[in-house]
Amino acid sequence: MKQVKVLGSGCKRCVATAEMLEAQAARLGVPISIEKVTDYAAIAGYGIVSTPGVVIDGKVVHAGGLPKTDDVAEWLTAV
Amino acid sequence: MTASTLISPPPNQALRDARLIGGTVLALVAWFAIYWQLQPFSEWVVANLPIEQGSHLAEAIRFFVFDTPKVLMLLTLVVFAMGMVRSFFSPERTRAFLAGKRKGLGNIAAASLGIFTPFCSCSAVPLFVGFVSAGVPLGVTFSFLIAAPMINEVALGLLFALVGWKVALTYLVFGLTVAISSGWVIGRLHLESWLEQWVLDVRSGSVDLPVGHLTIADRIQAGIEALKDIVGRVWIWIIVGIAAGAFIHGYVPSDLLASIMGRDTWWSVPAAVLVGIPMYSNAAGIIPVVEALLGKGAALGTVLAFMMSVIALSLPEMIILRKVLSMKLIAVFVAIVGLGILAVGFLFNALFA
Repeated sequence: MKQVKVLGSGCKRCVATAEMLEAQAARLGVPISIEKVTDYAAIAGYGIVSTPGVVIDGKVVHAGGLPKTDDVAEWLTAV
Repeated sequence: MTASTLISPPPNQALRDARLIGGTVLALVAWFAIYWQLQPFSEWVVANLPIEQGSHLAEAIRFFVFDTPKVLMLLTLVVFAMGMVRSFFSPERTRAFLAGKRKGLGNIAAASLGIFTPFCSCSAVPLFVGFVSAGVPLGVTFSFLIAAPMINEVALGLLFALVGWKVALTYLVFGLTVAISSGWVIGRLHLESWLEQWVLDVRSGSVDLPVGHLTIADRIQAGIEALKDIVGRVWIWIIVGIAAGAFIHGYVPSDLLASIMGRDTWWSVPAAVLVGIPMYSNAAGIIPVVEALLGKGAALGTVLAFMMSVIALSLPEMIILRKVLSMKLIAVFVAIVGLGILAVGFLFNALFA
């Protein structure tokens, strides 16, 4: 089970990013749990300055703008 | 994952890239072909309308029919090009560059980077907190935060196209001056204790994002995404702005504007700044209005002060920033930036007399 966190204040793109992660995980058959982090202090604690950010198993993999579908698949399948 | 999949892209991706690049070239050619036809097209539309030629209404309609496609097309081109340029910058990299920079030089670097770094007001708060907690001085952060929304590709590109390169260049130079000096003054005042307490408590980790290598096709893709995002958000502002501009162009008598917004009226600059604060529009919406105001004899300094005030000082942005700044600090921010804009307005009206 991958622990996925989407960092963002609830803007449109943050929601879209979370949906994208869910859709890709379902397509690839990777079990994930998604948590949306909306607290600004917590977001800044991860060291990113632009949202949405994506954290997978504690590691920041993306910051700012919608991620690319190919990248999402790669994050989810990386061991 | 094997090394070979990283080196040579799969054939269908190469095909996709080629299609993307070819499509971009074709779109650019079509863009220029259409753009040169806009003027005759708008003349033709107005000539065929059942209204009296040369009347107020005809003038307003001509302005609207010509400016709407013109501004939208220019915006498309500028946003696409800047979307590609911006794929070389990221707020994370900007922050790493600015952390620990000295005041002065740091303010200059921050304001200049503000032009190129992708920025959206919805991430103003994480950006602010991220900068300050990573050791970017408060005044330097402010220089960035003032420059980023005020001097952007939309403002500069449209000013250049609609009003001329001289005005665009002066806007750039004086916008940078306001951002640099306001940030410097805020830094000198040592107001760190006026931040909200939780901001000071954040200990931000530094992040090491994997930097993917971007191909030219990836950058075109970035341009297209910027296009969809920005044009999708601002087109309605543009239509409203052009309609306001058309109304001014067709109906407002020149003498009236020249007496209110002309050079000889000393109070017109402060009035323009005050009126601009509660107004919220982005650069795309305000520039058609600027174009029309200038055409009617309003003084350049007054109009630029109005434009900077509308874009750089806005109520919605202050409400967002209230989460990280105390009211006192917001008041100082508005006062300093307001004074800077005021100075630009007066200076301009004096210089271009």
